[in-house]
Amino acid sequence: MEVLKIATAGSVDDGKSTLIGRILYDTKSLTTDKLEAIEKTSKQRGYDYLDFSLATDGLVAEREQGITIDVAHIYFSTKKKSYIIADTPGHVEYTRNMVTGASTSQASIILIDARKGVIEQTNRHFFINNLLRIKDVVVAINKMDLVDYSEETYNKIKADFSELMSKRDYQDQKITFIPVSALKGDNVVNKSDNMPWYKGEALLEHLEQLDKADIFNVGTPRFPVQYVIRPKTEDFHDYRGYAGKVYGGNLSVGDAIVVLPSQTKSKIKAIYFYDEKYETASRRSSVTITLENDINVSRGDMIVKEGDLPTIEKQFTANVCWMDSNQLTAGTKYVVQHGINKVLAKVERIHHKINPDYSGIESDVSGLSVNDIAKVTFKLNKPIFYDQFKNHRTNGSFIIIDPQSNNTVGAGFIQ
Amino acid sequence: MKKDTSHINSLENEAIYIMREVAAQFEKPVLLFSGGKDSITLVRLAVKAFYPAKVPFPLMHIDTGHNFPETIEFRGRLVKELGLELIVRNVQDSIDEGKVKEESGRYASRNMLQTTTLLDAIEEFKFDACIGGARRDEEKARAKERIFSVRDDFGQWDEKNQRPELFDMLNGDIDHGQNVRVFPISNWTELDVWSYIERENIEIPSIYFAHKRKVFLRDGMIWSADDGIVYRDEHEEVLEEMVRFRTVGDMSCTAAVLSEASTITKVVEEIRDSTISERGARIDDKRSEAAMEKRKQQGYF
Repeated sequence: MEVLKIATAGSVDDGKSTLIGRILYDTKSLTTDKLEAIEKTSKQRGYDYLDFSLATDGLVAEREQGITIDVAHIYFSTKKKSYIIADTPGHVEYTRNMVTGASTSQASIILIDARKGVIEQTNRHFFINNLLRIKDVVVAINKMDLVDYSEETYNKIKADFSELMSKRDYQDQKITFIPVSALKGDNVVNKSDNMPWYKGEALLEHLEQLDKADIFNVGTPRFPVQYVIRPKTEDFHDYRGYAGKVYGGNLSVGDAIVVLPSQTKSKIKAIYFYDEKYETASRRSSVTITLENDINVSRGDMIVKEGDLPTIEKQFTANVCWMDSNQLTAGTKYVVQHGINKVLAKVERIHHKINPDYSGIESDVSGLSVNDIAKVTFKLNKPIFYDQFKNHRTNGSFIIIDPQSNNTVGAGFIQ
Repeated sequence: MKKDTSHINSLENEAIYIMREVAAQFEKPVLLFSGGKDSITLVRLAVKAFYPAKVPFPLMHIDTGHNFPETIEFRGRLVKELGLELIVRNVQDSIDEGKVKEESGRYASRNMLQTTTLLDAIEEFKFDACIGGARRDEEKARAKERIFSVRDDFGQWDEKNQRPELFDMLNGDIDHGQNVRVFPISNWTELDVWSYIERENIEIPSIYFAHKRKVFLRDGMIWSADDGIVYRDEHEEVLEEMVRFRTVGDMSCTAAVLSEASTITKVVEEIRDSTISERGARIDDKRSEAAMEKRKQQGYF
């Protein structure tokens, strides 16, 4: 089993950190010294419970303010799987960090406070999950202990959430509702006796049985060339290997391929991982490929199977999540990093802003502010080779870099 | 039956990808090498990433002068066997030049002083990327750090304003004078590193295995005694115990653990069963809740 990455999302005080702490505690993943530190600090602060957020809120500012500012990565494993949980911030102003955490995750947990039900932030979180095409979403209805473990409350929230589900455009998303109490440990790792009306699995049980074929997108193979390996030593005098990571599907020796952008044809001669030769390079492996004929391939080129070409264009339209305090405006030039490929891009047109609470769109926008999501068309100085994000998570996404500050200022999902 | 190491495969693939991004995006990268298990793992990953070509960057050790002799001996052998270039810069030189002041007393440590020597070396060689073996599971401030972590020209980490890092896309664009700390094994746990060392049959310094050593006890931790480095009060009695080191840093801040684990397989078993975290044996992290975050803000790796 590969490592399963999960992102959490929830509003402030919905208990994300507590939930993670509870998972760590109940799976006995917290070491004695860390647990002692949590006990000590909880006591110092006069709490009558263990504040598990102390385990995940690692920055001074976070502990001072009692909020999560940036993503923390938490690791634990069971007999079945290794997990990485990206504990992401709930505050609206840290949406960009939430997108950061969710972008590498295969599954996500959206927390809802049972007392508050579906709120505006829930819409936003579900919207981002939908935008990022996260396949498996768990809606954990938390703090059930504070609503007397009421089935009625649970059903009401479930019904409200279903209304959101009807608005999404990604129908393959699997959504599972679980009533939990992170503080008391109901239905997190262990099934709860307090909610006999709930017949489903506990949260961890659910995660344990996720099928990897289901959650990892399998598509068509794309091999961006990261680095050209030319040893020029006596033993490897004529060796010219193309190092990169395989995305989408597998590549095998003998496959007829095309190198983009030159569209030169060749065949895969050999696949290496370190000093071992392989017949097949599987998805997400960092291999080195050699080709049958000696053609010019450099970093940023892409090897694809013949007859299976991506779109090759100098222009594209995408949903953009803007992450910088400086506005994005039409006509401005940025660097678009698509995979490992960097190209110069001009904002051709901002079509409209999309309201992440599913309340529609806002046309006539002159610029995008931090955390805005909008449909934008870019014009490029040279073509890139892309797939639509809905078909290919890697080859359909990009980041936007401000050449003035070198900062990553936005992320995009190609339509 | 062969152990299922498929999750280690995926971590290995991720780390190799990161190594290659460093080589491709930066002009003068360097691999920070301490002689500990994490940086030894990095060396192995670097060799694999560029094979059959040689590793396209040097190693650099910021030597506190308080290293375990076993580590230094190992360091020499490793670079010789793999044909790697090694740069050493000494904290002692920074002390002699008056740039840093040595701490004194019971808890004196040179760990903090490394930062100055490191930042000077980065400037001296104009390194634009420093690959380090930090892992997010080590410490909660580490858990917050990106894989490409941008530092300003004072080496400082702005923890509240980190670059978003999405999917596999690593943005290494920086201004002149800035540099990037790169952490290819961010997503590995201590157990993953040990399992990898076991699987790959990687040689590591002997102090990681159980051996008899003269030690003394302080604050519930076991310190190496009579090496002339760790300060010891007269009343602190020297004992001989079977110990090993779980983490190897400056001797003055690295405590030993009682152990009988004399082989890598036994070490892996011991780590799997352990109820104490690795950093539990690092005295410098216990100085305050924010010890690591503070050090990183100042330029620590």
